[in-house]
Amino acid sequence: MAGGSSINVLEQFELHPVLGGLGEALRFSQSPLYMIAAVCLVLAFLYFGMRPAAVVPGRLQAAAEVCYEFIHNMAVDTIGPEGAAFFPFIFTLFFFILAGNYIGLLPFSFTFTSHIAVTFAMAFMVFLLTVVVSLKVQGLRFFAHFMPDGASPFLAPLLIPIEILSFLSRPVSLSIRLFANMVAGHVMFDIFASFVIMLAGFGVVGDVFAIGPIAINVALMALELLVGVLQAYVFAILTCIYLREAVAH
Amino acid sequence: MGVITKTVRAGLLATVCGVSLLAVSAPGAYATGMPQLDFANPLVTGQVMWGAIIFFVFYLVLSKAMLPGVARVLHDRSQRITGDLEVARSAKQDADKAVAELQQARKDAMAEAQAHLQKVLDEEHRAADQQMQEINARLASEIADAEKNVAAEKARALSALKEIAADTTQALVQRLTGVVPDAQLVARNVESASAHRSII
Repeated sequence: MAGGSSINVLEQFELHPVLGGLGEALRFSQSPLYMIAAVCLVLAFLYFGMRPAAVVPGRLQAAAEVCYEFIHNMAVDTIGPEGAAFFPFIFTLFFFILAGNYIGLLPFSFTFTSHIAVTFAMAFMVFLLTVVVSLKVQGLRFFAHFMPDGASPFLAPLLIPIEILSFLSRPVSLSIRLFANMVAGHVMFDIFASFVIMLAGFGVVGDVFAIGPIAINVALMALELLVGVLQAYVFAILTCIYLREAVAH
Repeated sequence: MGVITKTVRAGLLATVCGVSLLAVSAPGAYATGMPQLDFANPLVTGQVMWGAIIFFVFYLVLSKAMLPGVARVLHDRSQRITGDLEVARSAKQDADKAVAELQQARKDAMAEAQAHLQKVLDEEHRAADQQMQEINARLASEIADAEKNVAAEKARALSALKEIAADTTQALVQRLTGVVPDAQLVARNVESASAHRSII
């Protein structure tokens, strides 16, 4: 990552085609490759965890069940009884993001959630889903939500554009939150790692002082483990909240 | 529920197509320092298309195969726990009933034994009383017989006494006087003397 004297911290986000010409033709970079890896990881975890299907679960099965129940409770508690229908979607969303965030923390790997194109596509998918569900459940009454209840009709020209704007900005905030968190974390890793290399150029004193940035990177790893699960949770819970509004009569 | 699930799937499919088109047609005007904003790079937009496909496959595998499996295990477990609790509850009820029956039986047996004991005691009392009465009656009759015998003996002895007294008197008088007294007279005098002395 660090190339000579000038260290480019953004270089880690560059996409490279895999399998040479074939990848280039199919637009297949390492990003989809890591998506597949993340998906396979989650599926393998669930498959091997649930394979015993024991009444008294082992460790792996208990972990798989905890994951299931955590998302299931989140979906049903937040969305309501209709949440059970959305549960597989929320589960997919949460574990796609979580696995992406965590796989990206491995050295030499790639974080596909650090690409705004990916996060925005997911956020836009959630946005489209909420709009479709809203129109399906509420029909044209959906548009009445842009005028808050009990507000003076004279404020309508001001309130309605604000409400529409806040509604339209949901996918933007949803996608930028995840993207920015992941980019910031990985840039910080790179910056502190580059400090170590720079300090190594100052001889023995530099070697001693290089312990500082390394220690910071260790602490950052702990922070990023927290951020990784937190951002996946935020994305999923906000999706649940948007869906609750959509299914509310 | 089914309608919503269908809606989710249709929405996902629509998004897969829609976002892919959107991404493919996005202008590459933001080519700045960040590789993420280099939308002219086909790999950046390509990951949206691939991501949509992978996400959709992931969703299908999870919703069709994986999650129902987990749900089945959880459901089986709760079913089993409920069933076991039910069995345990009925077993406890049975045990309680058995204990109550046992206590009742013990109480009954105790009462029966008490009654039996009382009966046996009463019978024994009665038998003892009867025996005592019989013994008393026998003793009384024996005593009466004995008394009768004694009285007879006494009477006999007393009647013999008069004869002896008369003989003795006759003998004494004969010795003293040398005359043999009249037996009739002696008997009369002894009779009157004994009547005087009130010797029966």
